[in-house]
Amino acid sequence: MTIFIPTPLRPYAGGKDSVEVSATTIAGALAELTAAHPELRKHLFNAEGKLRAFVNVYLNDEDVRYLPAKEATEVSAADTLSIIPSIAGGTGN
Amino acid sequence: MPAINETNALPELTPEELSRYSRHVILPEVGVEGQQKLKAARVLCVGTGGLGSPLAFYLAAAGIGTLGLVDFDVVDASNLQRQIIHSTKDIGRKKLDSAEEKLTALNPDLKVVKHETMLSSANALEILKDYDIVADGTDNFPTRYLVNDACVLLGKPNVYGSIFRFEGQASVFATREGPCYRCLYPEPPPPGLVPSCAEGGVLGVLPGLVGVIQATEVIKLILGKGTSLAGRLLLVDSLNMRFRELKLRKNPECPVCGAHPTVTELIDYQQFCGILPESKEEKAMKNGIPQMTVKELKRRMDAGEDPYILDVREPFEFQIAQIGGKLIPQNEVPLRLSEIPREREIVVQCKSGGRSQRIAEFLKQEGFPSVVNLAGGILAWSDEIDPTVRKY
Repeated sequence: MTIFIPTPLRPYAGGKDSVEVSATTIAGALAELTAAHPELRKHLFNAEGKLRAFVNVYLNDEDVRYLPAKEATEVSAADTLSIIPSIAGGTGN
Repeated sequence: MPAINETNALPELTPEELSRYSRHVILPEVGVEGQQKLKAARVLCVGTGGLGSPLAFYLAAAGIGTLGLVDFDVVDASNLQRQIIHSTKDIGRKKLDSAEEKLTALNPDLKVVKHETMLSSANALEILKDYDIVADGTDNFPTRYLVNDACVLLGKPNVYGSIFRFEGQASVFATREGPCYRCLYPEPPPPGLVPSCAEGGVLGVLPGLVGVIQATEVIKLILGKGTSLAGRLLLVDSLNMRFRELKLRKNPECPVCGAHPTVTELIDYQQFCGILPESKEEKAMKNGIPQMTVKELKRRMDAGEDPYILDVREPFEFQIAQIGGKLIPQNEVPLRLSEIPREREIVVQCKSGGRSQRIAEFLKQEGFPSVVNLAGGILAWSDEIDPTVRKY
């Protein structure tokens, strides 16, 4: 499956905007991603290994927090995972 | 959202207005009544920058009756790459005055209400209460959460847009049934983890794309037509020109819009976002650069010392006001290093201390042994030392 990496996190994923993984669950996919790009880990997970509150992960267009099996949800090669961090830019100098 | 003007009779359109808005009026979804709703509508734009520029422009063109603008900033040359409501001649001018001039030139019937302030917990409810819809074009997390919470507490829809580099987000929050910003992001990121546009850069047309999406949503909410972005997060990827949308759900446990809210009044959003007041040590030193106060500079000048003041503003600013510094505009500093005496202490100065801090850091990097930043710049000098130095 494809994991989309948002702009602010690309420096920690070798500059890539997407990464292909072969895991069969969401948790497995994120583990594979952070194994390949260890610097991403602290940006995605807190010290207890849980996803940070300001990072949202979507399976296709659905928020993983609202899936019945959450991160244990099974995924197929055709699915996409999107990491959506909060951004605040707008007016700015 | 509460239906707009449900109790008040809609204002009549003049013959001039009917002809001016004829391309709207002939749309079945707008019609005369829709145009009257636009005329009756009061919309607040928080920020008149990258997002606020196209947003306010199109709302003014569309015939919105009252447009409130919140901003306390002045136009800087670096804004003009994207903040299209401001022109080169407006550099140094209040953004509110510059925006009002353009908007009323476009549409003299528009009523512009200027709120020259930084939106805060103390004033937000008072400012927002007079408007039907709030459009959030701010550039920082504390104000995002403040606008969100104030909109939820007042029951006003919050038309949201946000940008970073080549990517944007848009949605509509705080409608009666829909989710709010806190349902999407319960907590802000810690300070420093997410760079601002000033640090990360932004493609100039991107706020145009996102701001126009916000304007479209505002108009649809007023007309009560179409499907709003409430419950959906639109993602704009301008580099690949891909638009995607994600489902947003109302979080039943949301601390502000959930069934049992714990946030029932506005809080300290700086603290919520982990932004602590600067300590004395931080004030005295920033990124390895000592921060000199204007009082200290004055004391040293009075004591007969002759500090080398490097003024890194633009020539037109220097013409307005100066405090005896040597003018080398910031962009020319790297090319004119040989003009700056390495053996002396360099006091770098600009208008308010931001540009000069960056140049001080650059000079230190270039091996200048003694570089300090004049905290607060020429504005602080005018406030604390010599009020005859013109502020701009």
